[in-house]
Amino acid sequence: MSVDQSRIRNVCIIAHIDHGKSTLADRIIEKTGLLTSREMQAQVLDNMELERERGITIKAQTVRTVYKAKDGEEYIFNLIDTPGHVDFNYEVSRSLAACEGALLVVDAAQGIEAQTLANVYLALDHDLEVVPIINKIDLPSAEPDRVKAEIEDVIGLEAQDAPMISAKTGLNIEDVLEAVVQKIPAPTGNKENPLQALIFDSIYDSYKGVIIFCRVKEGSVRKGTRIRMMATGAEAEVVELGIFGPGQFLPCDELSPGMVGYITASLKNVKDTRVGDTVTDASNPCAEPLPGYKKVNPMVYCGMYPADGAKYPDLRDALEKLQLNDAALQFEPETSIALGFGFRCGFLGLLHLEIIQERLEREYNLDLVTTAPSVVYHVYKTDGEMIEITNPTNLPDPSEIERMEEPIVSAEIMVTTEFVGAIMKLCQERRGVYLGMEYMETTRALLKYELSLNEIIYDFFDALKSRSRGYASFDYDLKGYAPSELVKLDILINKEEVDALSFIVHGATAYERGRRMCERLKEEIPRQLFEIPIQAAIGSKVIARETVKAMRKDVLAKCYGGDISRKKKLLEKQKEGKKRMRQVGNVEIPQKAFMSVLKLDED
Amino acid sequence: MKDLALYVHIPFCAKKCAYCDFLSGQATVETQREYVTVLCEEIRREAAIATEYRVISVFFGGGTPSILEQGLLAQIMETIRSNYKLLPDAEITVECNPGTLTADKLSEYRKAGVNRLSIGLQSADNAELKLLGRIHTWEQFLESYELARKAGFDNINIDLMSALPGQTLANYEQTLRKVLALQPEHISAYSLIIEEGTPFYEQYRFQMKMREMFGGMGVVNMAGNSKEMEEELRDMCEDLQQELLPDEWTERRMYERTKEVLEEAGYYRYEISNYAKPGRECRHNLCYWERTEYLGFGIGAASLFQECRFDRIDRLTLYISKLNAGESTRTEEEVLTQQMQMEEYMFLGLRKMQGVSISGFAKLYGVEMQEVYGNVIRKYQEYEMLQIEQDWLRLTPDGINVSNRILSEFLLD
Repeated sequence: MSVDQSRIRNVCIIAHIDHGKSTLADRIIEKTGLLTSREMQAQVLDNMELERERGITIKAQTVRTVYKAKDGEEYIFNLIDTPGHVDFNYEVSRSLAACEGALLVVDAAQGIEAQTLANVYLALDHDLEVVPIINKIDLPSAEPDRVKAEIEDVIGLEAQDAPMISAKTGLNIEDVLEAVVQKIPAPTGNKENPLQALIFDSIYDSYKGVIIFCRVKEGSVRKGTRIRMMATGAEAEVVELGIFGPGQFLPCDELSPGMVGYITASLKNVKDTRVGDTVTDASNPCAEPLPGYKKVNPMVYCGMYPADGAKYPDLRDALEKLQLNDAALQFEPETSIALGFGFRCGFLGLLHLEIIQERLEREYNLDLVTTAPSVVYHVYKTDGEMIEITNPTNLPDPSEIERMEEPIVSAEIMVTTEFVGAIMKLCQERRGVYLGMEYMETTRALLKYELSLNEIIYDFFDALKSRSRGYASFDYDLKGYAPSELVKLDILINKEEVDALSFIVHGATAYERGRRMCERLKEEIPRQLFEIPIQAAIGSKVIARETVKAMRKDVLAKCYGGDISRKKKLLEKQKEGKKRMRQVGNVEIPQKAFMSVLKLDED
Repeated sequence: MKDLALYVHIPFCAKKCAYCDFLSGQATVETQREYVTVLCEEIRREAAIATEYRVISVFFGGGTPSILEQGLLAQIMETIRSNYKLLPDAEITVECNPGTLTADKLSEYRKAGVNRLSIGLQSADNAELKLLGRIHTWEQFLESYELARKAGFDNINIDLMSALPGQTLANYEQTLRKVLALQPEHISAYSLIIEEGTPFYEQYRFQMKMREMFGGMGVVNMAGNSKEMEEELRDMCEDLQQELLPDEWTERRMYERTKEVLEEAGYYRYEISNYAKPGRECRHNLCYWERTEYLGFGIGAASLFQECRFDRIDRLTLYISKLNAGESTRTEEEVLTQQMQMEEYMFLGLRKMQGVSISGFAKLYGVEMQEVYGNVIRKYQEYEMLQIEQDWLRLTPDGINVSNRILSEFLLD
């Protein structure tokens, strides 16, 4: 199959959350006619159940559609959906690198927000043609003119003739399609050059093995080509290749330059097909890989335990299966006195952690107890040994510790000038070391800080957004380790220490943390039939206390006549429900409490 | 002679309500007749096991028993009368729906010995009735109620429901007051429970799921905190043109308000959801909580007989063919072990405000209640949710509010 490059448009859609990215993707797919309205699910691209419920896109999704433009020609659109969270920033950048253009969707009522800026700059960094689109113009509160002016002032993009649409109602979607044809450049690349294709995602399928999602930059790939991943060195023969139909794979004979498609080879593990890596022809390799590849390492660790100890082998199987599809996930067995057998797992960030947790629960039907996330601490013992600690409960006795070091990152925060004060205050509260500030324009500044990773993995991103009304964007790089005054903070619930809630914190912020943690736990622990004291302590010294008041209503009011068996089943279910909580002494603690206590920002 | 209650299930309705998950549906008059014929056969056949019993209560439940064509209910009563020892003062109740009652039917009931009516009103607000999928209005209910009084019924229950979609505390209280003005002898007040398999479930499951996922929990929530979630929920309901379910707080207030308002008006609560004027408790309902033996007739009907629980086949065609073939209609038979009997004694008996008799337990099971349930009882006495007064163990007002939790702990491992 030969495809005319000039008829291809590789596009991603970028937007702040809830500005209508997925809805627009749906409409484009609908208008280009590959699906009938009846087949349209509410959100075609977000096909993972979890994604749909949370309204976020986790894995990059891709679809190819055919559009007959006003000039009478048919154009192939490859729509590449991008994840929307700092945890997956690297994945976003690789998705963008696979495109020539980006549709920037801005809500006509809300205007530009943090992710808009962050993603636009990411797109501009990749030399993408960015086409602004004003969405939700049907809202009564829409102010398209103000938003257009804002796009021009803040981002510096020409926006006067931006399509004004309502993705929800389908209004003016044709304008978007025409803009894609006219404004976004066709891909370039020479078929005669050696193969050079960018991996922007890969998934594991139990029938086909690893499926690589890639964008061919140079050369071409056919069935039978022996391909090599340049970074990992893995080699295999192409078994099948093709393009992305909506919700399905459509095999074809060849992927030529400019095309977006998938490749299956006899690869068993997604670890061999890292996002950002370059696929080349083993027998005729390209001179150098495409730029931008990096190996992603876990930044955050936590313990995951099956609520029912007997499910330990199931949890291992589930983690192994998830890892097939998620090269960034790491795990190894660990044991806890209180929680039994489980795994210490490593993640890219907190959202990544929570997504894995939810998938384990939903797709593998496991009840989990998750411990507080931790970074990797370096602990130098008095006997000269250095140990890496990812679990606070493994911290040696203070008398054996000579000093401790924690990971430090250099962070860049982009923010509109009006919020500079608020963000500097936040960074100070989080023990940040101010490195400098640059004005990008009169309205925007780039703040540079050195921060402890420990202070940002929990809720920094949320705090940043809420304190800047969503206008701040944030990126960081691991810089190294630095000595720090760290203490272990313990939590006592109904006077019993809950080791899964212990964590390591800087001495200067321990009191504040302890206080907030007690407050948060108070919100998270459902009221029970008695009062529950919650205390934070360092060693034997209690530094904060809260109380959960007793519960007030739980009545089975409905009458089932003489059907007593049914009534009993409901009571049994209730009894069963209690088992899903973690019993600590007399108190039932929902597993979510173990996580959410770490979002401590109050503003 | 031992006491026995009879339950007769009439699985027919003019139209299924949106929240209903009982065994019921629409049927032609021919089907009704055929059903009643085999039902009477079942009643006759089972009489052989009940010769040593006297019947203290008969309850026609549904479905909508009052939908039966004129004469059919009398036919069933006649069958019972001629095959069982029906006490002269037995309580005989018919559940009915406004809109299906006529003066003729009511006079048929009187003649057949029916002495109590249970009328499904649910709400006095016409918009709420429509939302529930009820076939009647408040005005039609009033008409039926007047007809019933005129026909001589002096023992009437009215069923009410709280926690309806879109319902406010004020709406609900208005329903209570309108009903009180009529001075019924008995009021059953339940919270709406949205059950799987009903149209309401399909309609509201998303809302319930959202609440469950975000309600007060600090899950990483890309849309914001739970207060924002609440607003989002509101918007979503608007988009879907769907009523918002009352939040937990409102639901609890409705529940508390029921007791306050009804007790002020001279009704007393004798069971978690049931209120009566003194002496007007529903004896049939008490049979269930006190584990009096009962036989259920008709599809899906449940029985407790000689420490065995069983149901009837719940598929109409199969039920009819079994009876025509002279075969048993019993299914799900379960012989209750002593442990199960003890569990039931506790979790059923504690629904009554009077509570359970401590000496009665020892007499029945040959073991002291404290020996089996000492830990649970002590625990909840400490919380002041159970109390012991002389021979009676009962829930305190605080305990009633969380009764589910407490009752579930009386299930033995």
